[in-house]
Amino acid sequence: MMSATTAPMLAVVDPLQYSGPAWSPYLVGGLIGVLSMLTFYFSKKPIGASTAYARVAGMIGERVAPQHTRSLKYFQSNPPRIGWELMLVVGVILGAFLAAWSGSELTGRLLPEMWQDRFGTDSATLRMAVALVGGIMMAFGARMAGGCTSGHGISGTLQLAIGSWVSAICFFIGGIIAAMLMFAV
Amino acid sequence: MATTTPEIEPETPPVETQKLPAAASGQTLALGLMFGIIFGFLLQKGGVAKYHVLIGQLLLEDFTVLKVMLSAVVVGSIGIHFLHRMGWVQLHVKPTRYASNALGGLLFGVGFALSAYCPGTGAAALGQGNYDALFMMLGMVVGSYLFAEASGWISRHLDRIGDRGKLTLHDWIHANRTLVVLAQAVVLGIVLAIVEMFAVR
Repeated sequence: MMSATTAPMLAVVDPLQYSGPAWSPYLVGGLIGVLSMLTFYFSKKPIGASTAYARVAGMIGERVAPQHTRSLKYFQSNPPRIGWELMLVVGVILGAFLAAWSGSELTGRLLPEMWQDRFGTDSATLRMAVALVGGIMMAFGARMAGGCTSGHGISGTLQLAIGSWVSAICFFIGGIIAAMLMFAV
Repeated sequence: MATTTPEIEPETPPVETQKLPAAASGQTLALGLMFGIIFGFLLQKGGVAKYHVLIGQLLLEDFTVLKVMLSAVVVGSIGIHFLHRMGWVQLHVKPTRYASNALGGLLFGVGFALSAYCPGTGAAALGQGNYDALFMMLGMVVGSYLFAEASGWISRHLDRIGDRGKLTLHDWIHANRTLVVLAQAVVLGIVLAIVEMFAVR
C-alpha cells in the first residue's frame, strides 16, 4: 500500500475512456478465421507468432555461440532460420502500419496513454523494464506451453486441441490476476 | 549458388559441424509476408494493437479481444473442418501436455499483463507506432533463448506430466468430429451473445 505522504497515489484509469476498435471485432475475428483457412490451404501452416522470436533468438545464438546453441534441445528440434513464421510477424508490423496510417491512428509514442495516466509521464524507464520482463516471461511461457494467443488461442482451439484450450484459459487466468494487481486502486 | 566467392568465406564458421538449414523458399516467405500484412491490418483495425484494449480485456472491462478471438475460432473451426473433410488441408494439432500447457500458460499470462501486448499484437502495436513494443519483442528474443537453455530439462521432466499427445475434444469425449466442431461453435456463439448483452464494450 502506498501512503500519500511518501509517494503519489497511482491514478485510477478506466480502459473504456480511450478509443475503441475502428472495425467491428466480430468482423475482424471472422476475417481472421477466413485468413486461417487460407494459411492452412496455401502455406500448410496455422497462424502463430511466438515461433518467430525463437527463430531470431536461435539465429543470434548461432552467430554468437554456435556450438552452444546447437547443443540446446529446442534448437536441435527447431533449427533457426528465416522462415514463414518470421515473415508473418514482419508482415504484421507492416500491415498494422498500413491500417493505422489509413485510419489516422498512428501513435508514434513510447508510453501508451493508459500506462502514462496510471504510472506518470516520467515512467519511461519503468515501462521499458516492465515490457522487457513481460516479453521474457511470455516467450518462456509460450515455448513451454507450445504456443501463444495466436498459436494456441486461435489456431489450436479452432482445431479442437485440448492442450490449446488449457493453455489459452491459463493465459487469461495469469493475465487477469497480474493485470488486476497492476491496476488495482 | 554455383561457385563460392571470396566475400562469403569469412562467414563460414571455423568448425562447420553442420550447415545452417537453408531459408525457406521464396514463395513460402512471400506467402508468410502477405498473410502477415493482412493479419496485422486486421489486428489494428480490430483495436487489439492498442494497450488500453488489451489491458481492458485482462481487467474484464473491455471484451474486444475476446470477441475477436472467439469470432476467429468460430469461423475458422467450421471452415477448416470443411476443408479437412474435403481433403484439402492437413491439421496441425499441438500436443496436449497438461503441466507444460498450464504452467507455461500462466507464465505467459503474467508476461502478457506486464507487457500488455502478446507476440502478434505486439508486432501490430509496433506497426501502429507504439515503440514500447520493441522492448517486449526484445524480451521475447531473450526469453526464447532462456527457454532453449532449459529445454532439455523441461522436455525430460515437465513435458512428461500429463502428456496426452495430440488430444482433441472429439477424442476426449469420443464423439463425431463434425458434431464437436458445431457444438464448440454454438457454445462460443452463446458466450459471444452473453458478452454482447452484458458488456459495455
